[in-house]
Amino acid sequence: MSGADAVLLARAQFAFTIGFHIVLPAFSIGLASYLAVLEGLWLATHRQVYLDVFQYWLKAFAIVFAMGVVSGLVMAYEFGLNWARFADRTGAVVGPLMSYEVLTAFFLEAGFLGIMLFGRERVGRTVHFAATLLVAMGTLTSAFWILAANSWMQTPQGYTLSPDGRFLPADWWQIIFNPSFPYRLVHMVIACFLSVAFLVGAVGAWHLRRDAQNQAVRLMFSMAMWMALAVAPIQVLAGDQHGLNTLQHQPAKVAALEGDWETRPGTPLILFGMPNMREERTDWAVEIPHLGALVLTHSWDGAIKGLKAFPPELRPPSPVVFWAFRIMVGLGLLMAAVGLWAGWLRVRGRLYASAWLRRAVVAMAPAGFVALLAGWTVTEVGRQPFTVYGVLRTADSVSPIGMPGVASSLTAFVVVYLIVFGAGAVFLLRLLRRPPSVGESGPPAGVPIRSAGITPAPAIPEGRAP
Amino acid sequence: MILTLVWAGVIAFAVLAYTLLDGFDLGVGILFTVERRDADRDVMLNSVAPVWDGNETWLVLGGGGLFAMFPLAYAVILPALYPAIIAMLLALVFRGVGFEFRFRAATARGRAAWDAAFLSGSALAAFCQGLVLGGLLQGIRVVDRVYAGGWWDWLTPFTVLCGAAVVIGYAMLGACWLVWRTDGLLQQRCRRHARVLAVATLGCIVAVSLWTPLLNPAFSQRWFGWPGIVLTSPVPILVAAVGWAFWRGLSRGHQFTPLLCAQAWFVLCYAGLGISLFPLIAPPSITIWEAAAPPSSQAFLLVGAAVLIPVILAYTGFAYWVFRGKVRPGMHYH
Repeated sequence: MSGADAVLLARAQFAFTIGFHIVLPAFSIGLASYLAVLEGLWLATHRQVYLDVFQYWLKAFAIVFAMGVVSGLVMAYEFGLNWARFADRTGAVVGPLMSYEVLTAFFLEAGFLGIMLFGRERVGRTVHFAATLLVAMGTLTSAFWILAANSWMQTPQGYTLSPDGRFLPADWWQIIFNPSFPYRLVHMVIACFLSVAFLVGAVGAWHLRRDAQNQAVRLMFSMAMWMALAVAPIQVLAGDQHGLNTLQHQPAKVAALEGDWETRPGTPLILFGMPNMREERTDWAVEIPHLGALVLTHSWDGAIKGLKAFPPELRPPSPVVFWAFRIMVGLGLLMAAVGLWAGWLRVRGRLYASAWLRRAVVAMAPAGFVALLAGWTVTEVGRQPFTVYGVLRTADSVSPIGMPGVASSLTAFVVVYLIVFGAGAVFLLRLLRRPPSVGESGPPAGVPIRSAGITPAPAIPEGRAP
Repeated sequence: MILTLVWAGVIAFAVLAYTLLDGFDLGVGILFTVERRDADRDVMLNSVAPVWDGNETWLVLGGGGLFAMFPLAYAVILPALYPAIIAMLLALVFRGVGFEFRFRAATARGRAAWDAAFLSGSALAAFCQGLVLGGLLQGIRVVDRVYAGGWWDWLTPFTVLCGAAVVIGYAMLGACWLVWRTDGLLQQRCRRHARVLAVATLGCIVAVSLWTPLLNPAFSQRWFGWPGIVLTSPVPILVAAVGWAFWRGLSRGHQFTPLLCAQAWFVLCYAGLGISLFPLIAPPSITIWEAAAPPSSQAFLLVGAAVLIPVILAYTGFAYWVFRGKVRPGMHYH
């Protein structure tokens, strides 16, 4: 039983539980904003089709939010279970940020969500729209706190260290608005929007095949393609800025994702290859001269530090970071390309008619979520070997739990999550397999769902706005 | 100093609120062992459907609050009770999903499977919470701010007794809840369950109370020494008085008294725990003063908690008020 293996297993467990979890809030964040837009358009135009699409996705939202609450419960305890030393040392800084997220989510669940889900016929239009907006804002607020905590771990500041190695908050403003936070927040929120846009688009494209005249289906598809056209390029820009920020604060991460070992002027861009940590080179590298310098320093002869510039024990595992980064960027560019393609077809009046576009969009249903997970892999694995960058090492963060304990709990998590979230995914797909209809109904009343929270909204008689 | 006390109070309150609230809905799940008819189970679930999620959120609040405000306690308690806590979390996940999917299952077999998940998840979660309680009372070995024991150290006859006690106690809370919220034959049966379970719970309370002082000389000093005894002696007297009121309420057909008394028992046990432990947060050595986050963290989070927790409480109270009254077969909570 070796300590290094226990650390690796603890990381695997955290990666598994957070990887499962992150998809659900990302879905909720994107979908809540989409729902707010749909309801706003409905109130502004009174066109039935907006309401139909709103009701259709509202049902999906109820399921997704409920699953997110379930996996979130586990996250509240993960830090203490497997990362006790981290918890003890950083609790005073990271803990309050996380707790603010819990309070925000609690507040949402307690009130507005239930009104949003079940109150449409009961509370009047303005109140209901306000509830929808508040839920959308609430999901963004949750993202704000979680990303503040994560970004502080990437670019820590505003703290002092106690003699026993604990981080003590000195300036909360500096802690929250740490250097990487604005970039990460923007990049992540846009990623949530795009993930949902591509899923909505794919559901639209799927139903277009059989029911091309369904107005609600056309609306979903069209709105998703507008998002792809307008937002995917913004995301490319935001990602570029985030990358420059990372270069400034975490150069080793950039070196690992570039897969370049040497430091020299006019750094090339390695398109593909396989970083070899032992031999300190990247095998089978296909590279474009000067492009790396151009992208990262915006100059022809700029130099980026290669991996060899960092001591071996401070190098993040480059193969994982390198490939995760390529998956993310590849999918991001593909999404932007689909947006352009759809825009061009729209101009030519063939947006709904192109079978190839439909197929491509269906195939890209999970593209946003996969890119999002790949992006998190880049940023989290790229931070290694630290949990709090440059200060607290991952190896010094784990709980004193041996291999058998971590291994068996990891197995239990995998089994339970696959059953539970597998079942959730089946319900979701069952919902999306049916196209929206005119006069689409909202979430079924009379069936308990966790996302209803403790709202009294369902008890208010229909048609009687208080 | 004051902030540390305030936060210890807030977190203790969150944990108490959790046991009182989620206790009865876990208890409803445990009662599935004896209530097997589909129609009855529908009524039982519908009686807790509007509130169970809110109940569970106190657990997240307690966990998150402990991490932020008493990081050292969070960092030694969770590894020390690692398997019990993970089993509890997974059981809660399973049970929650069983709850929701039962009503969406397409076949009778699927329904039975999700029922089984709800029952076993509820019972296991309750049992694990008892293990955690027992493990905490037994004491946690800490060296250099890190848990220094093995990962099965907590498993002793005492923790198993505590586990069983919590299962029985929650089942009693569940039965009393159903006495309040149902009528007819189901209510009559629940009165019987409540009676049996109350006797068993009282037995557990006595057993755990007699055992606890033996675990740690400090506890027995607190309970039987001067001046502690001034504080401790009313506790057993009150337990007896509440027991009498409980029995009378149940026999005379009161609707709400049994639940109220059952919860009062829990509050008294909790107060007894507080008397034993204070100011320890992770016995035998870590106090709230040692484990506390610095004042800047305490003040920063208190701003949000002071605004949001009262709102949440008011809202919870309102929701319970709105959903008062009897739940009958075929009646949805919506």
